Amino acid sequence: MPPTYRERQELMDADRLSRTLARMAHEILERHPDIRGTVLVGVRTRGVPLARRLAARLREAGGVEPPVGALDITLYRDDLTTVGPQPVLKGTDIPTSIDGRTVVLVDDVLFTGRTVRAALDELIDFGRPSRIELAVLVDRGHRELPIHADYAGKTLTTTRDETVQVLLEEDDGQDRVVLLERVAPPVRRAGPRARPKEARAAAGRRRR
Amino acid sequence: MTAGYPHRHLLGIEPLEPSHIQAVLDTAEALREVLDRPIKKVPALRGKTVVNLFYEPSTRTRASFEIAEKVLSADSLSIATSTSSVLKGETLLDTARNLEAMNPDMIVLRHSASGAPHFLARHCRSAIVNAGDGAHEHPTQALLDALTLRQKKGRLDGLRVAIVGDLMHSRVARSNVWLLTKMGASVVLCAPPTLVPPGIEALAPVTYRIDEAVEGADAIMMLRLQQERMTGGYFPTLREYHARFGLTEERVRRARKDVLILHPGPMNRGVEIASEVADGPWSVILDQVTNGVAVRMAVLYLLLGGTEAD
Repeated sequence: MPPTYRERQELMDADRLSRTLARMAHEILERHPDIRGTVLVGVRTRGVPLARRLAARLREAGGVEPPVGALDITLYRDDLTTVGPQPVLKGTDIPTSIDGRTVVLVDDVLFTGRTVRAALDELIDFGRPSRIELAVLVDRGHRELPIHADYAGKTLTTTRDETVQVLLEEDDGQDRVVLLERVAPPVRRAGPRARPKEARAAAGRRRR
Repeated sequence: MTAGYPHRHLLGIEPLEPSHIQAVLDTAEALREVLDRPIKKVPALRGKTVVNLFYEPSTRTRASFEIAEKVLSADSLSIATSTSSVLKGETLLDTARNLEAMNPDMIVLRHSASGAPHFLARHCRSAIVNAGDGAHEHPTQALLDALTLRQKKGRLDGLRVAIVGDLMHSRVARSNVWLLTKMGASVVLCAPPTLVPPGIEALAPVTYRIDEAVEGADAIMMLRLQQERMTGGYFPTLREYHARFGLTEERVRRARKDVLILHPGPMNRGVEIASEVADGPWSVILDQVTNGVAVRMAVLYLLLGGTEAD
């Protein structure tokens, strides 16, 4: 029986999400006034549209739109052989050389940090950036690795029974961030990765 | 969306659903990019061991499995039976059981007997991949052909494909007929009457005239004349075969302007295919080879990458 989730609280509506991204873009610009040396790389799935939106904001604010890449970290996951059915591959696309540039890695939710670890390993196989930074829309805590966000749209304390779902116009038809809580306790003691695909889809990609 | 390849083995195309084929092709498409990276290696299958067990000669298929295994970081070893204890009389099952005692996760098998991989699948723990069994199936070849067609034409559905040559001895033809018809393409087969195996007309229409087969074709798949398997006189001379069934430039012009020419290799130039066709603008023979690596990576990933395949 896959656990089911119900909405507990709305964390951001469309307007709030838009203002949060604008603020994050300004923070990035503040640290990197010359945005030309910067590449934004979104972690699939929802990191990619977020990276595109940030790039558009950066153009509005600074006049230059940095290139945007997409990273599918599946082949670098530390749980690939225990994850359940094979995850669907969407492919990685890094449109430009990252040698000597600043890469801002973009994801929707920062949780255990394992996705970011995989993304760092994959990025480094593409070259030697001068610096890699991390931008996330929501940091929900529970890190299992020494990883932190350089830019966080929102930081909040959650329990392990909760999950944060980011819905984006591009993938989900609406802009919204919600906090979900688990309704029924799981039958077996299952790590987040042991959950079947449907439940993961329902809960967004948050518990990877 | 599900990953969509629910099997433990890849034994043939015949038992697959169109969605399973789709899953392999989509995965191969996503994996192709890895081959263009500065560092052509991803850690996906670290700690997995694959044995390539080849009872028949092979260049392309074996090299392409080996590269796919290395790119995905699996440990692999290749056994060519011409230099192994098979020559001392060990049976297939004994060889496989001894290899299994070393705990591999997958065995890639090429064998001259149809059904050999199915036999291993019944007796072994490992995932089994059929890399060609007798005149039965060669599923990864059909998948790489399909990937090549899909890339160049954008679809498989509705394509008209002619498969020409030694149908009798061809596992490639059988796998391709199953795959293409499952995916909605229409297939025409062409060979001399002596090289048409009984019953194949149940799978696709057969003609003995190559001009008829290639007329209006979106793609022409040429098959190698497998002289090493021929025991009787199937045709008078190679020259005669070329004159009646060889793919020449003139015959290519009967097909659609944007026709694609495929050949699984190794080619007999001047026999089933004229050199100017093999090297001509329609030829996608080398794309097939590149796609072969991507397709084999996809198969390795789908069979070894998850846990819940049954």
